Amino acid sequence: MAPLDGIGASLRRKEDQRFLTGKGRYTDDFNRHGQLHAYFLRSPHAHARIRGIDTGRAKAAPGVVDVFTGADTKAIGGLICGWMITSKDGTPMKAGSHRPLAEDKVRYVGDHVAIVIAETYNEAKDAAELIDVDYDVLTAVVVTDKARAPGAPLVHDEIAKNTCYEWSLGDKAATDAAFAKAAHVTKLDIVNNRLVPNAIEPRAAIGDYDSGMDSFTLYTTSQNPHVARLVLSAFNGIAPEHKLRVIAPDVGGGFGSKIFIYAEETVCLWASKQVGRPVKWTGDRSEAFLADAHGRDHVTTAEMAMARDGTILGLRVHTTANLGAYLSTFASCVPTYLYAPLLSGQYRIPAIYAEVDGVYTNTAPVDAYRGAGRPEATFVIERMVETAAREMKIDPAEFRRRNFVPADAFPYQTPVIMTYDSGQYHKVLDEALTLSDYAGFPARKAESAARGKLRGIGFCSYIEACGIAPSAAVGSLGAGVGLWESAKVRFNPTGNVLLYTGSHQHGQGHETTFAQLISTYLGVPTDQVEVIHGDTEKTPFGMGTYGSRSLAVGGSAIVKACEKVIEKGRKIAAHLLEAAEGDIEFKDGKFTVAGTDRAKSIQEIAFAAYVPHNYPQGVEPGLEESAFYDPVNFTFPSGTQVCEVEIDPDTGVTTIVNFVAIDDFGKIINPMIVEGQVHGGIVQGIGQALLENAVYDPESGQLLTGSYMDYTMPRADDVPSFKVGLVETPCPHNPLGVKGCGEAGAIAAPASVMNAVTDAIGKHMQMPATPERVWRAIHGTAV
Amino acid sequence: MTVSVSITVNGKPVTRQVEGRTLLVQFLRETLGLTGTHVGCDTSQCGACVVHVDGRSVKSCTLLAAQADGCAVTTIEGLAAADGALHPMQAAFREHHALQCGFCTPGMVMSAVDLANRHPGGMDETTVREGLEGNICRCTGYHNIVKAVIAGADTMRGAPAKAAE
Repeated sequence: MAPLDGIGASLRRKEDQRFLTGKGRYTDDFNRHGQLHAYFLRSPHAHARIRGIDTGRAKAAPGVVDVFTGADTKAIGGLICGWMITSKDGTPMKAGSHRPLAEDKVRYVGDHVAIVIAETYNEAKDAAELIDVDYDVLTAVVVTDKARAPGAPLVHDEIAKNTCYEWSLGDKAATDAAFAKAAHVTKLDIVNNRLVPNAIEPRAAIGDYDSGMDSFTLYTTSQNPHVARLVLSAFNGIAPEHKLRVIAPDVGGGFGSKIFIYAEETVCLWASKQVGRPVKWTGDRSEAFLADAHGRDHVTTAEMAMARDGTILGLRVHTTANLGAYLSTFASCVPTYLYAPLLSGQYRIPAIYAEVDGVYTNTAPVDAYRGAGRPEATFVIERMVETAAREMKIDPAEFRRRNFVPADAFPYQTPVIMTYDSGQYHKVLDEALTLSDYAGFPARKAESAARGKLRGIGFCSYIEACGIAPSAAVGSLGAGVGLWESAKVRFNPTGNVLLYTGSHQHGQGHETTFAQLISTYLGVPTDQVEVIHGDTEKTPFGMGTYGSRSLAVGGSAIVKACEKVIEKGRKIAAHLLEAAEGDIEFKDGKFTVAGTDRAKSIQEIAFAAYVPHNYPQGVEPGLEESAFYDPVNFTFPSGTQVCEVEIDPDTGVTTIVNFVAIDDFGKIINPMIVEGQVHGGIVQGIGQALLENAVYDPESGQLLTGSYMDYTMPRADDVPSFKVGLVETPCPHNPLGVKGCGEAGAIAAPASVMNAVTDAIGKHMQMPATPERVWRAIHGTAV
Repeated sequence: MTVSVSITVNGKPVTRQVEGRTLLVQFLRETLGLTGTHVGCDTSQCGACVVHVDGRSVKSCTLLAAQADGCAVTTIEGLAAADGALHPMQAAFREHHALQCGFCTPGMVMSAVDLANRHPGGMDETTVREGLEGNICRCTGYHNIVKAVIAGADTMRGAPAKAAE
């Protein structure tokens, strides 16, 4: 009998005990002996030349140990961007200098100017006010689609037109030809609003230099501690990799914002050697708003060509993507290779051509945020499809059906790089229509109308690419790293298991899900498995957690390590059972001589491996195996959301009255955890559609939405409960058949919500659909 | 300037000299080392720092430690029974998968316990959603938190517990 806590069980989470009792250990919960506290002085200006900095009074302030500015930190290598994008004219992207502490200029409000290190946090913060910075304030360029305007101020003096790259993907001539024979063309201007990730734990770091060992330890809020170590070593030059340990303990949410290697941890780590004591920095929420990498911020024009029957013939997209003032760690790939290859959606589109201009502005860096490029692509194609269907007076569900990639067409090669592996788009849509009672919508709309309310329904049939990624493929597209994952399975002599993973959990439940894999593959119950992650000195080198990759890539590495354990165990069992190795079967934690009841449990085999008194010749003692897994393709989760809204035309208030999500994530390990990921993603998507908007003053570049008083986070009373369902089409190319579930909700929900809102009001409008903006849209004074 | 602060924390009386500007949350986290109470914002919006002061939920970033002088404070560390058995609200959060990264969880649970105490007759979904308006969670989308709070409140008032699906 299969164990009850293996694959498919909604096992309650192993990690919850510590989080529920206040025993979680987040970075700010750590304190090192002799620790000092750091405060970063930040630029109050969006754009200014630094004429001079006087730190004299600050250095003399009570408790202050030292103050460093850009002039002091020239030995630190610059912050890097790890993906080289090539413009359509063949020139490499233009990455401006990105110093950990500003030297010549500050380039956004919140840019790092100095670090004050003192005995207490308050002393450091107080002293920062005593630093005199002589700024020559410059005109700022803030607005995305004005960055390339003639005469716009230059963020980096040497980068013309504030343009990092002018990139394209697809066949322009074929797309132009498709439009030439179109019976109908739909065109939309689409803004994908800028967001602040807002993991509830602010970023934090403790740098700790040990002079006895000449080595560094960094405690940090990271989704990928090995990547942080690699960058801090190879590029920032703080210490060689073998002299640097990075620990990412419990991390309170990431959503992409904790992938990146920021100035704060870099400088704290470096400074700990300068001052000879550990240096701790914990950001506050205001700093998170100013200086965590933001998300989205696209301005797009899209055109789609259709035949008379609604068959899509071609798609043409031009996007201006705001990269902020500097290129963050993976910023360059998000609006290019993580975006345009998804523009085909779930549809057979013969010709697609996309152009993306990546631009610098005097705003915080923009990088991957939950979904990273795929929400932007999904929003474009799904707003286009919905709008085209309405314009052509075809039911939006039927329009999608006519254009879906059919279930028998996989693997399906799109015109924009991707080869979709599997999917059942028609089936998923049909289930969503049933669960949302689409047939009953006209009656509900009439009932709302009778009460003076506007009711609308919207779909989003999304595709996304997870499990990033085949190393050779991403390498050919400019990635500076491989994107495999690692695992190590160690049996202890008493039969329990330590599972080391290169992935990192910050809410996803790896300690439970990964233990379930061990339960199923090795027959060891989950309470006998400890999952270890987040410490470069304990775990094998891993690329970390983002892009919904942990199970598809990291889980596959675990399966491979398990297979190696079984292979070795079989040799030991054959010896102990005096049978031929080929006659030994392994199932449910037991090695059995086929056709007999002679068996040894895997725990007995583990004991024998560590106490090898009676042991096969030529077999090494011990039972511990490692594996690395490099995927052969992306995985392609898909699904359909149906959102139904009711809008009060007098107030503009939008209420979500029904929300259905049917997702195909392939094989499911823990349904409870998967559904939780869907719920959370949906609310982040609803947040983007209805509430959230990072707004800079267009002239001064001041962040106007710099706190929870101004930036509207979704709260419990802003959102409904959800109806979610799963369709399982196993991924054909990884051993678990899994696809990834972490981002789907956030990828699809902006489009499903906005399709519902625009259906209700009968007009196109941009996100977020706040009451004021909806009211203005209804009453003809659109903002 | 330092002040003397005496507070009963999780049933144990403590007295400490602290800087006058010390917030209650700093007193708990830094002076006493009770790091279960978290800080997620600087505008008293997120609710990660909620504790009970004399039985009522309070955002501990909004109160000076000196203002809690003479009060009884319960933090997330003091919620479970002495034998380690989880409080019904903690158990309900686990049963209904109402937490992911765990960072908002202590404040969310403390708010939920107070909310349940203030609604001894039980709560519907709207009451729970409105009652938790001062606690922000970025992970769960609130769906499972709402289920957990209703279930936890039911257990607290002796109604039969309902297992999650």
